[in-house]
Amino acid sequence: MSTASVTAILVPILYLLSAALFIFGLKGLTRVRSARRGNQIAALAMLIAIIGTLLELGTIHWTYILAGLVIGSLIGTVAAIKVEMTGMPEMVALFNGSGGAASALVALSQIWDRVVEQETGGTVLAALGNAPGVTTVLAILIGTLTLSGSVVAYLKLAGKVKGQPILLPGRHLINAVLLLGSLLVGIWAVAQVTEPGMLEAVLLAVVAASFLLGIMLVIPIGGADMPVVISLLNSYSGVAAAMTGFVLENNVLIISGALVGASGLILTQIMCVAMNRTLANVLFGGFGAQETSTGGGGKDAYQNVRSFSAEEAALVLEAAESVIFVPGYGLAVAQAQHTVHELANVLEKRGAKVTYGIHPVAGRMPGHMNVLLAEADVPYEQLLEMEVINPEFKNTDVVIVVGANDVVNPAAEKEKGSPIYGMPVLEVWNAGTVIVVKRSLSSGFAGIKNELFEYDNTMMLFSDAKKAMQEILNEVKQL
Amino acid sequence: MMGPLLVGLYVFVLAIFVGFEIIAKVPPTLHTPLMSGANAVSGITLVGALVAANSQRPTVATLLGCAAIITATINVVGGFLVTDRMLKMFGSKKKG
Repeated sequence: MSTASVTAILVPILYLLSAALFIFGLKGLTRVRSARRGNQIAALAMLIAIIGTLLELGTIHWTYILAGLVIGSLIGTVAAIKVEMTGMPEMVALFNGSGGAASALVALSQIWDRVVEQETGGTVLAALGNAPGVTTVLAILIGTLTLSGSVVAYLKLAGKVKGQPILLPGRHLINAVLLLGSLLVGIWAVAQVTEPGMLEAVLLAVVAASFLLGIMLVIPIGGADMPVVISLLNSYSGVAAAMTGFVLENNVLIISGALVGASGLILTQIMCVAMNRTLANVLFGGFGAQETSTGGGGKDAYQNVRSFSAEEAALVLEAAESVIFVPGYGLAVAQAQHTVHELANVLEKRGAKVTYGIHPVAGRMPGHMNVLLAEADVPYEQLLEMEVINPEFKNTDVVIVVGANDVVNPAAEKEKGSPIYGMPVLEVWNAGTVIVVKRSLSSGFAGIKNELFEYDNTMMLFSDAKKAMQEILNEVKQL
Repeated sequence: MMGPLLVGLYVFVLAIFVGFEIIAKVPPTLHTPLMSGANAVSGITLVGALVAANSQRPTVATLLGCAAIITATINVVGGFLVTDRMLKMFGSKKKG
């Protein structure tokens, strides 16, 4: 057999293998035991897809391919190694934006290669075919808005843009105009425009409109909801990749793009359920902004709040036989996970039973708290999920809530009228004593009062999470 | 005989169902690594970028393709590495 015919047989087999391995890999990522292997299998699948593509190309002009691969690998590797575990949400947002940009660039490159630079004198649809032509527009639109949306999400997470929702008047109308406008103008461009200069200009306008749309979609959403947004944008970048698959008529691209699109959507849904929100509410509600929190908010002043010092907290801990830590967003922001683990170790040495109650959306992303605590060497078995830990609180002497608010709010179970009524929460108030470490009485992202702070068995310790943990640790050591 | 578009649509829709099925149950512990891993997979658009950059001439199309390779590779390499870093910590703790 000639080399060409071997390639013709081998390439589809490699693509099929790659697609199957992607499915195995993602499946593996859904179980703790197989997760690492699953990630490696997915990486292998990617490698096989790349080898298949290079074989299919036949004659390879290495200059730009190699340059791109080397530069991209260097940047990706350095970023992946250097990022702190607490900075993970930002990193995922940036990687995601990068992938979205790639899809848009591939689609643009196809149009330039097959139409603009060939000077065919025809339309894009004539050169690429109807379906690939239209999907280039979709790839450009979705890819670009994934890029700009991810960048805004990154800026909000990194605190470079204010986390508060920014609500422009008439934003839904503006967004609808941008979306329909770029879609219709884009399709018009590929279907009607034959003059290359005109085509370039119109396509760049579509890119600009999509970029603006990505910003407009994310800007009204509050910082605490960014994980949901990133997950959704991740889903979009999968769809954008699938669209380039239609452009290039490549099934591996379509399959893996669709896999990511669907899994991203499901994951987004799971996160929303954990926060007792609907996706529509996250995207359009401007939740956490003043316009929705008319009933709650700061107007209900707190009464009977008892503030304590680190020394008093240490005395309570001294006598405790069982302690549960409930870490939240504040712990992640203050990077207090190492100090918490140190305190837990000291308490364990004194004979107390120590566990951690992890709310599904504790931290800055769902599951993020597990990553942070794992980084601080907290034994995996001590991290208990909400369903497991909730019956335990009533047999527990002391609960330490570190930088969490809404996820321990009794209103979710006791107040029918509360915006968070029905949200699953950690029932910390059933414990003997609840020590709440918090910087102030300010509300969480739900913007409502937390009665827990007024309970008789609650001790408030107003401080930065890391500082407070360090002070308690010092006090406990001295006892 | 089905045209490539129809085959593509079949593949697309079926893959979406597969995606829904495999992610249906995930422990919250793995939400972040899964998001990050799936994100790396979406860098598959690298395959398209390779096709786009396969030329000797530094035309706009080739340069766009090269930029696409860079951004896609950042997504792929960075995504898989960072996911592995997270998952490595889970693994080593389980023995203890």
